[in-house]
Amino acid sequence: MKLKGTQVLLEVLKEEKVEIIFGYPGGAVLDIYDELYKSDFRHILVRHEQGAVHAADGYARATGKVGVCLVTSGPGATNTVTGIATANMDSIPLVVFTGQVPTGLIGNDAFQECDITGITRPCTKHNFLVRTIEELAATIKEAFHIARSGRPGPVLVDLPKNIMAAQIDYDPAAVRIRNHEAVYKPAPKKMANVLEMLARAQKPLIMTGGGVILGRAAEELTRLARRYRIPVTGTLMGLGSFPASDSLWLGMLGMHGTYYANMAVSTCDLLLAVGVRFDDRVTGTIDTFAANAKIVHIDIDPSSINKNVTVDLPIIGDTKAALADLLRFLEEHHYEPESAARRDWLAEIDEWREKAPLTYCQNGEIIKPQFVIQTLSNLTGGDALITTEVGQNQMWTAQFFGFDRPNSFITSGGLGTMGFGLPAAIGVKSAFPDRQVVDIAGDGSIQMNIQELATAAQYNIAVKVVLLNNGYLGMVRQWQELFYEKRYSHTDMTYAPDFVKLAEAFGVAGLRATKPGEVEDVLRQGLAMDKPVLMDFRVSREECVYPMVHPGESISQMALGTREMIN
Amino acid sequence: MEKKDHIISILVYNKPDVLARIAGTLGGKGYNIDSLCVNTTTQKDISKIVMTTSGSQATVTRIENQLQRLVDVISVDDLTNVESLHREMVLVRLNRTAQNTEAVKDAIDANKWKVILSGDTFVIIEITGDKTQIDFALARLEPFGMADITRTGLVALKLED
Ligand SMILES: Cc1ncc(C[n+]2csc(CCOP(=O)(O)OP(=O)(O)O)c2C)c(N)n1
Repeated sequence: MKLKGTQVLLEVLKEEKVEIIFGYPGGAVLDIYDELYKSDFRHILVRHEQGAVHAADGYARATGKVGVCLVTSGPGATNTVTGIATANMDSIPLVVFTGQVPTGLIGNDAFQECDITGITRPCTKHNFLVRTIEELAATIKEAFHIARSGRPGPVLVDLPKNIMAAQIDYDPAAVRIRNHEAVYKPAPKKMANVLEMLARAQKPLIMTGGGVILGRAAEELTRLARRYRIPVTGTLMGLGSFPASDSLWLGMLGMHGTYYANMAVSTCDLLLAVGVRFDDRVTGTIDTFAANAKIVHIDIDPSSINKNVTVDLPIIGDTKAALADLLRFLEEHHYEPESAARRDWLAEIDEWREKAPLTYCQNGEIIKPQFVIQTLSNLTGGDALITTEVGQNQMWTAQFFGFDRPNSFITSGGLGTMGFGLPAAIGVKSAFPDRQVVDIAGDGSIQMNIQELATAAQYNIAVKVVLLNNGYLGMVRQWQELFYEKRYSHTDMTYAPDFVKLAEAFGVAGLRATKPGEVEDVLRQGLAMDKPVLMDFRVSREECVYPMVHPGESISQMALGTREMIN
Repeated sequence: MEKKDHIISILVYNKPDVLARIAGTLGGKGYNIDSLCVNTTTQKDISKIVMTTSGSQATVTRIENQLQRLVDVISVDDLTNVESLHREMVLVRLNRTAQNTEAVKDAIDANKWKVILSGDTFVIIEITGDKTQIDFALARLEPFGMADITRTGLVALKLED
């Protein structure tokens, strides 16, 4: 059939089963928007292109599918960069379509021209500039394939205006693309090695990461831990890949991990690290990390192996396939842990757990942020899909919410992008309109993409913002308190809008709690509303996130807390 | 860990920006490229890049892994420890003066250098060989005052697959 470039684009999007496009129009994509107008594609008009990418990213993290954005050339394209870098650091599958000036003008500094493939080369998994109408369909198909195969990631496709207007005889059956899928080869020798290491270990520990969620391997990982009674800790990106309500769960490890998780890592003699990349926020000083352990590292990306931490046994492959392979092997070889040794190990961990549980102290008339999160967790039965902003709000959520399911905790881990949570929540909620979707926010971060409240209001995407309003850039203030003798240089955010009024101005409900006694009521009320709501919780201004590994320290050396926390 | 020179041979799809991707990936991660040669292979959509870099074995393994992640990279081969042939080429322009004409001629004859062009005031010499041979020749040419030189990167070919 004879189709225009714009029609080919929408045809391929249909073939790829795209449900929603998050986007923002402009000159270079007018033709595409005209085609959208004639089609029944669901398109959500954001208020800033960064918001479009975060929304597609939230959609992708919650559904496991590829998120899709469409923006114009020049400033529209450059506005996506933070979102793309965010997705890239966390290996999230996206396809971002950018408009481009006509091919004949590329290189001329034409109006709204920018070399977006050049700009995003280091922060995409791959990108394309489509040069001819003949390569259009295959390029888009390949972009989707690349985004979701192997270690996923964002792919950008730059679409010059003249190519979208050109015509071609489109035959979907004739489109050929290269295969980028990584094939997992069963590795019986390596499995035998793991068995041997497990049999020898007295104190094994599993460390689960984002790769387990991306690889849909949470079930296998959970089975491995439960079947052989191996305790589990996780990275920020791994939260939800093992149920937090299970007694084998130790919570997050690393800088703001639990004392017992960090002690377990520092003491274990075998570490099974699955789908992790040993980020410096996780390891503390490298030479003391898991210093007593043999390390088995399962990851799909060979470049993650021995990058930060030198491991004893690397297993390269898809986490799901590799864990299934391991489970089968252990079963076939009748591996059973030695029960006395395992009991002692779990008892040792329980002692650490009792010595320094995760805690805070909700007394007096000031709301503690942790109390808000815990109440939210209780009220939603842990069933909500949670996004966060970045800073203390993010760390407290990781510590206190308790995630039982994969794809339910959605946060910018690698890049730490403030302003991520609200648009991401919009993306999540548009995929799951019947689920409770909450952005746990800080007052600094929320102001970075607050314009997206208008998007939520326009489409009645009933996201809930739980704003932990401390009037500070809290996490930075915490570092200034601890390491700069309380010189709070430019972190006081007392000058802020009245968030309740602001919400209302956007057409969103606004609620406020200023006392601990009001927290539950406000949450109940906000959660019950069938529209977007911003809940402004005026929380304790100088609360710190504890426990904490100070930068440059070993993770076994944790500062457990101060003053009223352990009173 | 011991640092040494490594020769890496990379097969890539011949896409417009593949070189930018490779250079960007290595530069952005703080690795050095010491020399680089690129051209097509017997298959017109595939190019071969031969690159030299220096570092410990661990560093070079990281470089290989990073390159392997690139979508347009087909294969990455470290030729350092396999039997392979190495060649570089250099073009040298020497100024010819009344004083040095004889000496230049003698040196060219003695060393069997290949003259590819000569004029009244200059002579251009082509030298191919491995790195040591080229370094040696350049040292010999030094006293004549080289007006300009262009040296290629190293190319390498495995003796067998
Ligand atoms: C875009 C961006 N700019 C700056 C930072 C540095 N940063 C990290 S946490 C933080 C403070 C966040 O403050 P707020 O959103 O109020 O959250 P709180 O820590 O108080 O919960 C800042 C400025 C960042 N992570 N992202």
